[in-house]
Amino acid sequence: MITRRSLLVGGAAAAGTALLGTLPSIIQAQRSRTPSSGATHPADRPLGEPTSAISARSPFERPARTPIGQVTGASFSPLQEFSGTITPTDLHFERHHAGVPIINPADYGLLVHGLVDRPTVFTLADLKRLPSTTRICFLECAGNGRAAYRSPKRELTPQLIDGLTSNAEWTGVPLTAVLTEIGVKPGAAWMLAEGGDAALLSRSIPLEKAMDDALLVYAQNGEPLRPAAGYPVRLLLPGWEGNVNVKWLRRLKLIAQPNMSRDETSRYTDPLPNGTARQFSFVMDVKSIITHPAHPVRLGRQEWVQIAGIAWSGRGKITRVEVSTDGGATWTTGELQEPVLSKAHARFTRMWRWTGEPATLLSRATDETGATQPTLMEFREKRGQGTDYHFNHIRGWVVEQDGLVVYRVDA
Amino acid sequence: MTGLIRLAPIGAVLLWGVACRSEQQTVARYGVGRPATPAEIAAWNIDVNPSGEGLPAGRGTAAEGARVFTANCAGCHGARGEGLPAAPALVGREPREGFPFGESLKYVRTVGNYWPYATTLYDYINRTMPATTPGSLTPDEIYAVVAWILAQNEIISPTAAIDGASLPRVRMPARDRFVPDDRHGGAEFR
Repeated sequence: MITRRSLLVGGAAAAGTALLGTLPSIIQAQRSRTPSSGATHPADRPLGEPTSAISARSPFERPARTPIGQVTGASFSPLQEFSGTITPTDLHFERHHAGVPIINPADYGLLVHGLVDRPTVFTLADLKRLPSTTRICFLECAGNGRAAYRSPKRELTPQLIDGLTSNAEWTGVPLTAVLTEIGVKPGAAWMLAEGGDAALLSRSIPLEKAMDDALLVYAQNGEPLRPAAGYPVRLLLPGWEGNVNVKWLRRLKLIAQPNMSRDETSRYTDPLPNGTARQFSFVMDVKSIITHPAHPVRLGRQEWVQIAGIAWSGRGKITRVEVSTDGGATWTTGELQEPVLSKAHARFTRMWRWTGEPATLLSRATDETGATQPTLMEFREKRGQGTDYHFNHIRGWVVEQDGLVVYRVDA
Repeated sequence: MTGLIRLAPIGAVLLWGVACRSEQQTVARYGVGRPATPAEIAAWNIDVNPSGEGLPAGRGTAAEGARVFTANCAGCHGARGEGLPAAPALVGREPREGFPFGESLKYVRTVGNYWPYATTLYDYINRTMPATTPGSLTPDEIYAVVAWILAQNEIISPTAAIDGASLPRVRMPARDRFVPDDRHGGAEFR
């Protein structure tokens, strides 16, 4: 006997393979559930889809990253789609220099050697046997914001401006536990971290950071790392530029002096207007961006709008985010949503009514060291137009006469 | 297993009493992992530092390097290392005076005008290049292509041989331009 339920289940299974094709019927079902559609009839209440092994997003929500490049690639996170502070794992930004290796954990070994008492190979299972810890922190590419600084355009979105930052919960082993296992010899002051990707990406890390809050993580948001995030194990250096958070970590070598790798000399250094270049500039400066309203949103006159965004600092907690709706002439303090965590994205909000006059929306974050975001002019004066990383100046949105929100191009 | 063993939350044990006695122990060292063999270390210990430590036996000249470059590098970096959309410029000394890269984007940063250490060339080419076939060059080929890049940048003589002894002695034009990070948080923006 064919029941109504078996028909529906069959239909739902088909929906899984051809979601687009079933959208009209879903929309129809949805329409029957609005109050304005009047009394409901049994025919308007088809049974829903069955349970599933892995849940999918609503077909009405289509957040996506913007992958650029094939082998050396970047994929920007859609900041304007997010609520709260945790970046969904499949939407966390990506940056890699020689493609994403797929590593079988059975073949994985982390070699720790150099100025150590006991050169050691750790399997993934070995690392999981050590005491674990879990924390939330942001990861941000050192070059995040470069397009907005170098070639600002009205059409830039939060994703294209600052989508190379994301925020996740990470689980792994404190690096101090591993260093205790191998025994660090006197004279070791740095640590070379090397990835197992085709590029064998390498960076020199000061031992102070390794002994402070560095982690070897194997899980993100409660599940094993995804390959693009460094599966099976990556280095996590909270608050420091993304590049040093070496993915697919295969080797740690305790050394006396930095190796002067390509990514700490030719790249990831900050040329300054005074004829020098800042080197080993690891910490990500205090920063914020309004993610709503933002391009391409169009506001309606006299409508209340919740201005919302994220703020973060590599030096600790955000203590204040100020919001201006008049281009910086006046500022008010926004609400910071709890919990505000150290070296993590914090969410700020402020209710505001657009009267119909042109307006310019700015956010300005301050961290617990007292550091505040500079204006674009201050940033340009100190860092120079040719500088290459750590773009943390105040970002702005202009609300035009017709309500269209565009990125503020001029300082 | 060796190591110091101590009962961690002694205070907690006293406070909670016998019924809630904590079983957790903190151990200085758990003896996790296995000893790495000398062969394993030798196979992966590829990094080269500015003192020349890590450089293997071998040598090469710019003339030999020109052939290696044409065959392996020019497709992405351009025939003269001038850079193409696929890969950055490697050759270029302009401007000869000053270090104006923070001021503007007028000058392209290259090995010749920006890289502070010549040993980085060996380390990077050996670990990462050619981009589509990393690890495919022999030490002699890497030394040769390093010699070619340095000679094209007028940093070494076109006839000089580069090996593990001479490479660390090459003085790069931008060597003294790099300074430690002086940002420390606080009210002053740097």
